[in-house]
Amino acid sequence: MKADEPAEKITQRILTAFFAAGLALVLAMAVTDLPEGVGLSGDAQESLKQSGVENSVTAVLLNFRGYDTLLEICVLLLSVLGVMTLTNGRIRRPEYSIDPLLHVLARVLVPLMVLVSGYLLYEGSYAPGGAFQAGAVLGSAIVLSRLAGLAAVEKFNRAFLVAAMLGFAVFLIIAVIPLAYGRNFIEYPPEYAGILIFTIEASLTISIAIILYSLFSGGSAIPSRSHPGGRKN
Amino acid sequence: MTQEIIYSIGGVLLFCIGLYGLIACEHLFRKILSFNIMGGGVFLFLVSIALNGDNTPDPVPHAMVLTGIVVTVSATAFALALLRRINSGTGAETLGRLEQDASDLDG
Repeated sequence: MKADEPAEKITQRILTAFFAAGLALVLAMAVTDLPEGVGLSGDAQESLKQSGVENSVTAVLLNFRGYDTLLEICVLLLSVLGVMTLTNGRIRRPEYSIDPLLHVLARVLVPLMVLVSGYLLYEGSYAPGGAFQAGAVLGSAIVLSRLAGLAAVEKFNRAFLVAAMLGFAVFLIIAVIPLAYGRNFIEYPPEYAGILIFTIEASLTISIAIILYSLFSGGSAIPSRSHPGGRKN
Repeated sequence: MTQEIIYSIGGVLLFCIGLYGLIACEHLFRKILSFNIMGGGVFLFLVSIALNGDNTPDPVPHAMVLTGIVVTVSATAFALALLRRINSGTGAETLGRLEQDASDLDG
């Protein structure tokens, strides 16, 4: 706390601290008193066989609570649109020279990261993993290639942004189709559930990766044309 | 049992530290950071209530946390873009400065 701050502000801070501490106390008392064994674990395990996947978290994410995931990818898209609107595509990019060591490292790491991402996507059907983890790894691979000035990143264009909407579009289409057969929204037929979930997850992975990269680069997936310290070839 | 309680209380403390920061800090960037700390507390709490003794953890809170993390990332990115826009438009970095500038313009 600085000495020249008005006394009013210091009082405010002390009051806030007391408020936060009091709230912490009340909440701590509440969480120690939670009833036990009321989770949905049993229900989820029971219906796991109909879900088309063997991992219960993936089953909850894409089957039992598919609404959450559908709206979530929608939120991601909206945030990209918001960031793009705010920055107006006129992001000032810092002039930096690309470290040659980072460049070499990225050339080794990026293919590995893409491989790991594919594995996480595949593994999501029977073990912890899935579209979000795979998308995060793939997204950071793209960010790394951009930071290291790899040529691959410089070829992105507007098709890249269409790919950002792929996940939402595929999920929405697959969610609506059951309506035509008298089923509910996002109610997959159990015999096709596995392949449908994998299709959704694969497209979600691509979308999440591209959305995360777009958020990193300020809403514009198109990198600057000039790379001051970039590769010359 | 004790393990769950330690994690739950840790989550509660993180949430309240974040809440304090959100109210007490004036700089908008610190407010965004505080909001993230609050979110971290909520996630820690949700993961701790998913613990189910030696059995498989409850998948529903886990799925909620996964969804929450992704939403947090995108909301933070949007908040940072807003902050940059406010800062480049007005030069202000706190809400107090913004209001002051606005009343200067009016007067």
